[in-house]
Parts: sequence; C-alpha cells; structure tokens
Amino acid sequence: MQRIGVFVCHCGTNIAATVDVKKVVEMALAEPGVVHAEDYQYMCSEVGQEKIQNAIREKNLGGVVVCSCSPRMHETTFRNAAQKAGLNPYMVEIANIREHCSWIHKNMEEATEKAVILMRAAVAKVNLNTPLKPGESRVTKRALVIGGGIAGIQTALDIAEAGYPVDIVEKTPSIGGRMSQLDKTFPTLDCSSCILTPKMVDASAHPNITLYTYSEVEKVTGFVGDFTVDIRKKARSVDMSKCTGCGVCQEKCPSRKIPNEFNRGLNNRTAIYTPFAQAIPNVPVIDRENCIKFKTGKCGVCSKVCQAGAIDYEQKDEIITEKYGAIVVATGFDMIKLDNYDEYAYSQSKDVITSLELERIMNAAGPTNGHLERLSDGKAPKEIVFIQCVGSRCADNRGKSYCSKICCMYTAKHAMLIRDKYPDVNVTVFYIDVRTPGKNFDEFYRRAVEEYGVNYIKGQVGKVIPQPNGKLLVQGADLLDNKQILKEADMVVLAAAIEPNPDAKKIATMLTASIDTNNFLTEAHAKLRPVESPTAGIFLSGVCQGPKDIPETVSQAGAAAVKAIGLLAKDKLLTNPCTAHSDELLCNGCSQCANVCPYGAITYEDRQVNDHGIREVRRIAVVNDALCQGCGACTVTCPSGAMDLQGFSNRQILAEVDAICL
Amino acid sequence: MQELINRAKELLADGTVARVLGWKAGDLPFNPEPAYFEKEEDFADFVYDGFCGANLSKYMIEASKLEGKTLVCLKPCDTYSFRQLMKEHRVDREKAYIIGVGCRGKLDVNKIRDMGIKGIESVQGAEIEEEGDTLTFQTIYGEKTCSYADAMLERCHVCKGKEHMIYDELIGESKETKDADRFAEVEKIEAMSPEERFAYFQKELSKCIRCNACRNVCPACSCRKCVFDSTKFDSAQKANVNSFEEKMFHIIRAFHVAGRCTDCGECSRVCPQGIPLHLFNRKFIKDIDELYGEYQAGADDEERGPLTSYSMDDAEPGIVAERG
Amino acid sequence: MSIEAKEEFRPKIVAFCCNWCSYAGADLAGSSRLSYPADVKIIRVPCSCRVNPMFILRAFERGADGVIMCGCHPGDCHYTSGNYYARRRMTLLFSMLDFIGVENGRTRVEWVSAAEGARFSATMHEFVDKIRSLGKNVRLEDLRCRN
Repeated sequence: MQRIGVFVCHCGTNIAATVDVKKVVEMALAEPGVVHAEDYQYMCSEVGQEKIQNAIREKNLGGVVVCSCSPRMHETTFRNAAQKAGLNPYMVEIANIREHCSWIHKNMEEATEKAVILMRAAVAKVNLNTPLKPGESRVTKRALVIGGGIAGIQTALDIAEAGYPVDIVEKTPSIGGRMSQLDKTFPTLDCSSCILTPKMVDASAHPNITLYTYSEVEKVTGFVGDFTVDIRKKARSVDMSKCTGCGVCQEKCPSRKIPNEFNRGLNNRTAIYTPFAQAIPNVPVIDRENCIKFKTGKCGVCSKVCQAGAIDYEQKDEIITEKYGAIVVATGFDMIKLDNYDEYAYSQSKDVITSLELERIMNAAGPTNGHLERLSDGKAPKEIVFIQCVGSRCADNRGKSYCSKICCMYTAKHAMLIRDKYPDVNVTVFYIDVRTPGKNFDEFYRRAVEEYGVNYIKGQVGKVIPQPNGKLLVQGADLLDNKQILKEADMVVLAAAIEPNPDAKKIATMLTASIDTNNFLTEAHAKLRPVESPTAGIFLSGVCQGPKDIPETVSQAGAAAVKAIGLLAKDKLLTNPCTAHSDELLCNGCSQCANVCPYGAITYEDRQVNDHGIREVRRIAVVNDALCQGCGACTVTCPSGAMDLQGFSNRQILAEVDAICL
Repeated sequence: MQELINRAKELLADGTVARVLGWKAGDLPFNPEPAYFEKEEDFADFVYDGFCGANLSKYMIEASKLEGKTLVCLKPCDTYSFRQLMKEHRVDREKAYIIGVGCRGKLDVNKIRDMGIKGIESVQGAEIEEEGDTLTFQTIYGEKTCSYADAMLERCHVCKGKEHMIYDELIGESKETKDADRFAEVEKIEAMSPEERFAYFQKELSKCIRCNACRNVCPACSCRKCVFDSTKFDSAQKANVNSFEEKMFHIIRAFHVAGRCTDCGECSRVCPQGIPLHLFNRKFIKDIDELYGEYQAGADDEERGPLTSYSMDDAEPGIVAERG
Repeated sequence: MSIEAKEEFRPKIVAFCCNWCSYAGADLAGSSRLSYPADVKIIRVPCSCRVNPMFILRAFERGADGVIMCGCHPGDCHYTSGNYYARRRMTLLFSMLDFIGVENGRTRVEWVSAAEGARFSATMHEFVDKIRSLGKNVRLEDLRCRN
C-alpha cells in the first residue's frame, strides 16, 4: 500500500462554496493508506504546490491525490510539482470535484458526499499506480498546411519565415481560397484580390514553401512530431515545368459549357482552365470529366495549340509521401445548400442569389464584368432586398444553430457598395439582429444606414414569390412597427449560413482530431488553447474551427503558426507512458489484440519464457511503445487479461468502480 | 472403425506420425475418453462410436508442442474448432495429421437415462458403421431399445453439416442429422418476459458448482491462464455464496469466446449439472448473425472475427432496448 | 404500512467517459453549470474501447443500479476506431444481460462530444430518471457486497 497524501482545493469559492472541504479532508484521513490530508484555497498556486511538495518530502508520500478541477486543467501542473519533490509524476491522481461536482450540484450535503466518493475512487486508484517513465520521440522539422486559402497561406508564410519547410496542400487548382472570390472586404473596402495576391505570390516564391495544388491529403499515420502523410497529386494533364501560362489552350478549348465553380456556376468555363486570372500556379488543369479528348478520344486541340508542348494526356495521379512534425488544418468553409429554404425561391428564380454570388457579380472579373444586373434578363435592378440569417441561428433542424458571424458585415458592405455605385437603387435589409462587434465595424454599419440610406427592417421574411412580370414579391414582417410588409424586388440576396468545408470531417477523421456536431474542428480549450486541436501536433487555422472574418482568420493563422513553430523548434518530445503492455506469462499469442490496434503497434515474437519452471518458446505479443497511443482497445480484446494499459490498468479501474459502488 | 485403426497403425509404423489422438474405451460402454496411442498394442481399447462426442481439437494445443506429428481424429464439427485455433496461432498445422472421421450424430447418455434406460451394461447400434436407427441396450433390468435420433445430443440436431473444414484424409461416411432450428431454443427464451428469463437463468445457473468442466473442455476457452484464476482483474475464484459469481463467470466466459466459439456444444455436453451452457454462446452467435452478418467461426481463414472488426453503420447498443 | 417517511431511492450510477470527448463534455457541462443528479459518478478512461465488460458487471456486482458508457461520436474517435469496437462489444453485452433477464434500461451507451455539455447533462438526467423508475438493482447484485 502506498503512503498517500490527499490535497483538497477550495478553488476560491468555486469548490468550497458547495463542497465541505474540511469534511473531505476528514474523510480522506480515514481512508486506508492516507497518511496526510489538507485543504488549501488554491492548490494550483505556488503556495499550494509547495504544500504538496513539502508533504511529499516530510511524509515520504508514495502517492498523491489532488481533489480539484478537471485533470484536463491541472493534471500536468500537479504532476510537475510532484516531480520536483522527487515523486514520479504518474503517482498523482486528480479527483475532479469542481467540473464534475461543485459546479453542478447545489446541495452542500449531496456535493460533499459525492466529492468524498470521488476522492475515495482516486485514492483507490493511486494505490495501484506504478511509477512510469515517458519515452522520447523525434520531431520532423517540417509542417503541413491543409488548405491554401488566406488562413493556410498566412500560417505557411509565418512558419516558413521562422525557417522551417512547410507544404501547402490545396484541393483546387490554385491557392487563394474563398478570399480570392470576394470583391471588396469590410470594413475598409479594400479590394480583396489586391491584398490577397501579394500573399499568394509570397507563398509561391518562398524558398521554404512547397505548394501542392490540385492535391488532396489521402492518408495520415503517426503522431505528434512524426506524422507520415500521403498526398495525392491529381493528374493536371499539364506539365507544370513546361507550361508558360499563356492561356491559348483555354481560348481554343471547344468544350465551353462547364459551370464555372469560381463564379459559383453563374457562367461557364472551358474543360482546360485556370480558375481565375491571378491563379497560382498559373498553370491550367484539364477537367477530365468534361474534356472531349478524355470522353471520346477525339479532339486534342489544346495539345495542338500549346507552343510549349506542356499538355500531357497520359499524366497520372502521383502519391507523395512526406514526413511532418506538425499539421495545420485550414480547410475553410462553404455556403450551405439552400434546399431547405425553398420559400425564398432560390431554385425557382435566377434573381434570387446568395451573397457570395453577389460578390462575383460585383467583381470586374465576374460573370457580368462587375455590372450589377439581373441574371434572368440582364436588366439593372432598382429594388434589392437582402435577407439575413438564412440558415444561421436556426432553432429547428433546417439550418445551423450558430451565427455565421460574417453576414451582417458583408451585407452592410454590399448595401453600401450598391448605394455608392448605383444611387438610384433602393436597398432593403431584413434582419433578426445586426451584430457588429469588431474594430470599426459598428461605425461601418452606421455609415450604411446613415450616409448611404440603406433601409434596415427588423424582421424575417416568410416568403419570396416570383411574379409573372419577372419581379419578386417579398413577404416580410416589420417587428418594430408590428406590421406585415409586401415588397416588390428586382433582386433578392440571401445571406446563407456558412459551414465547414465538406471535406473537413474526412480530414478530421484522418487526423483523429475531434469535430463538433456542426463539423467544425474542436479546439483543445475554448478559451486558453483556441488554435490547438486536442490531438497533439494538430493545429487549427481559420474558419475550420468556427466562423470568423478575414482579420480574425489571419490572427488565428499566425497563432497556429506560432504553436507549430514551438513544436518544430523542439528536438525531442516526451511520449505518453500510458501505453499497453503484454504479460508474457499470460499471453496466448492469439493475435486478437493486433487485429484491433489502430496503430499497428503490436507485433509477435517467439520468445523463450519461464512459466513457473516450464521453459518453452511461446508466441508473445510485443507492444511498440513509440507507436502505442494508449487507447486500450487491445486490453478488452485480450481474454486472458495479459494485455493491460499502464495508468489505466484493469485493477485500477476496478478499484475505482469498487470505491464508487461501495 | 477398423479402417481408421488400420490407417492409424500404418501411419505410426511408417513414421508419418509419432502418436495418435483418438478415444479409448472407458469403464462403461458410454464413456470413452480422449487418449493418445503410441504403440500398436495401445489400440486394443481404441474406440470410435456414437459416444465419442469429445472434441479432440483442443488437445492439439499441447500436442503441437510435442516432438513429431500427431494424428488427430476430427469429426466434421471438430474441424471448425481446429481451424479457429489455427487462426489464433494456438495449434500448429504442420504438427497435425488430420483424419476427418465420419459422424452420424453423437449420443447423449443423459437423454438415454431420461428415457428410463439405466444400469446399462452394453450397447448395440452405436457403432459408427451401423446403418440402423435403433439402439439396443443390455441393462441390469433387461434389454431396452430406443431410436438413435432420440438419443442424440442437442447439438447434432442442429448439425453444421457433413463437411470437414480441414483434413489430410477422410475415413468414413457422415450422415445429415440436422432436424431442428439452431436458434429455436434461444428464440424461445427471448420470447419470455424479463422476469421469466431471469427466473429461468437463476434456476439454471444456481446449479453451477464452478467445476470448470465447461472451461476445460472448450476449445475457444483455452487461455494459458484464465482471468478467473489470475490476479489481473481481482476476479480469482471465490466461494459460492450466491448466484452472481456464476452469472459473471458464464457471461464473461461467453463474451470471451464470442465471435470465436464454433458452437461445438462441448460445454453443455460435459456440464455435470446439465446446465444448457451453449445457450449463452448461441445467443451471441444469433446476435452476431443478425447484427453483423452471418458468421461461422472456424469456417474460413479470415483472421478478424466479428468482435475484432466493425463497420461504420453498425447498430447502436440501444437496439437491445428497442427490439424489446 | 410503515409510518416512517419512505426514504427516497438514491441510485448508484457509474459513468465511464472517454478522456477526449465525453469527459471533456462532462467538464463543459460543469463549467456551464448544467446540473445533473449527484448519483452519477464518472470514471475517466482513455477511450470507450478501454471499457471491459468485466468493469460493467463488477459495478453491478458491487451494487450499481445503472452503468452508462460515453464515448466520442462514431467517426470522431480520437484513436480512429476505438468506439466502433466498443459499440459492438457493448451491444452484445447489453443483449446478453437482457437475455438473462436484467432490465435493459440499466445499461446504456451515449456518444457525447467535447462540445456537448448540454447533451451530457440532459443524457444524465434522462438516465437517472430511468434508473429511478427501475428501482434498485437486485438481479445482478452480489449480496455479500452490501453494507
């Protein structure tokens, strides 16, 4: 039996207001093995930690239980403190009497009783703890950034500037992302591509950055410091080393009826194409699904007109395998599909568009060359209605529960730009709330209302009905005046909710990074570790973590870069010692554990064993500590109990069960 | 049987095998037991008849460690166990010379006794080559008869088939004996109310004396050291005080062999208390078949069983409550 | 009839929570002050696939009235596939307990992510209500362990 010390934290009044800490101390002293127990206001403070250290030294403690906040908060703090006093850090267990007790219970008697039970369970467990020693693993000094939008570009530039090689994997033929589709940016009305393009050029020119465009991450193995990633470089059908980017192939391509993704399908592109003028790399790709040559075998026009001889119909997908120490996810967002919002007639009328489509219409390189016109008849609209929160802040399951955050500001921008350029156009905005927290944001919105005369109506639109005369009848409510509104509009713009890129879930699964119910990647701590995933070595940049605008995205991208750099700067990492181990005398060698190991960490060897005098060669499972991540799948598969998990052993968990059920 | 003996002797004589694993006659006509035969004269009490229910595949775990090959006689159902043990690297195929022996169903002496046939001195009609369907017993109370089929073990009524899953050579004909639904008994219990099920198992399991016969005979339950004997789970055997120990033991035992149990039925055959232990295994097999697709342990060489694989759209555990 | 006031049934409930999702979800429930009955006591495990049926039976043996296991949503397991194995194991185990006549409401699996504090709290409320309605576990308890 260990000599155990129990330390009960008040956490100010966070714990002490609902849990009788003195009672917990008293009960702890009655537990077998407990030779010391005390309480203190803030155990995590320097004084608190000293109390633990002194007790370890003076009472020769072999195990420590801290009754405090969640182990996810301060387990490391207390382990380090114990280590400084000469105790193995893995001889410390935390009883979570704050998040799992004082904060959720109001009745003091009840909360105290529960705190005592949680303390007992931790004491029972620590009694069976064994000193563990972490191993070491190497750090590959290279980072991977998944996604080549502004978030990915900024993160990559910052990491590259710090001197580490970094690769960007971008699914589409060019880096640039959503920002490249925007016309102007709030609240300064900067031209989006004017501020983005230099960054794109910097990224492509940086000696430490390698771009893999038209590429996707296919497989990820390994762990923090030592990831191995397979990148599929899709066949571009154009030799990047030969292409001069002259664009003749695109001019001559006879297949011209393919919806242009960059312009949100509002016009068409050719089968061989670069998505937009400033694309980087400025090398087209052949969309094989729509290319006549690939469909019928006949054509080959692009090859004939290419002076550089860059067209290569035989090109194949290439798999590049690379090792990385850190991975940054910057997969961005898309607009939701509007299938659930048919009342707004998006599928019925060409003049009902999304905000991102409006961005393209307003853009000089867009489908209308920047002229504001109705897509149905090309006429200039006179009356435009904006509908906010389409699919955002949705109480039912039709849309998203969250606020998409950027819509209020970009709608103010759109309204302002339209009123500025076409003062004769009336602009009406239907909103639930106008949310403008951000530097110079509210001033910007007020300008739209006050200077530009944009008509804001608090209320929701129930229905948009296309009229025989080509107009759109908007049925809405004005909540402030408490009246119904019927408005005939020429154009309706929907501020559709944004959602994580549809690939985010797949990528999160590959990375074993967690995602929330909306498929946003989860941060390690909502407040204190906002750019790290709970999975070590995975960092989050941009909207993949939650809705945000460009300035926030760029800040977060920089923060993610710093975290990645901090990791890459290390030469060695300590590995988690809570790994599985097989008892050679109990192992049957049946291979069941290896079948369920997600890391391929279990192999078998024929080993000479001495089983109480019987010497024989047996097939024994052997766990590779460097590969084992400590999930414990093998331990339950093992019928004999030969396989056990350090730090969460069968007997430790059973001891907790017993203590709780007593 | 003579053909089998002759062939075994031949293989021993020419050095192909170092020993033969078969059955030898016991002290009574209905209790032959597994035995090794190494010399010509050992074969005097070699027997293979309707009472040779014992599945010899598990003995091959130890036999695999011996010098030279072991000739093992396996009935069709036993070969599933052997093949499952091969997958789990517990038996060495190279160390086994498998004679797939014919089978026309094995006999259950308890059923015979239940028919009032007691004090048995000798039996006719249990021989493996016999074609007839009548068993004739000379008992201390005189001659008695019964039908062969009526005296068969439950497992033979739900026989998996005449095919041997693995063998080096075959001797003897097998007979189709399946005449009942494998899951009928499980379904009958499932149809009961929870209270009735609880009462049923409480009654059955309270008979358990923890003799471990089921564990010792089971080819899947072949750990070098059972968790119930080790300190790994603080679960080492305790005295029988109430029924929970038995429930825990039998549930965990069935769970440990789930997806690996070939449904050979040995557990129920050897239980001295007559507990229908195979019901636990068969319940798991039925669930696995229904939820994860039909699976027969030992029917193929696929290393992953139903509990060491998964599919993304597996049923949620809540299905247990939903289906009532 | 007894004249003493009937003491309210306070069930013993063990919740196994995986470190990465459900335990964090329980932490979030805590920091969001989303209460649930104190009858629930959480045991932290690295992954739902660490939960051995033995732990669950042992809890019942020692007098637990309900056992709930929480893990990451299928597809989101920190260890890629742990919860898929756990899902099969628990489905079969629960089915067996049901088969031998144990009330099937006493066992439960719920997938709770780190972001679902509200769901964690709601799930525990619901589970405790269910156990309260089932009453004391008498079918699996080892009487020797009663104090």
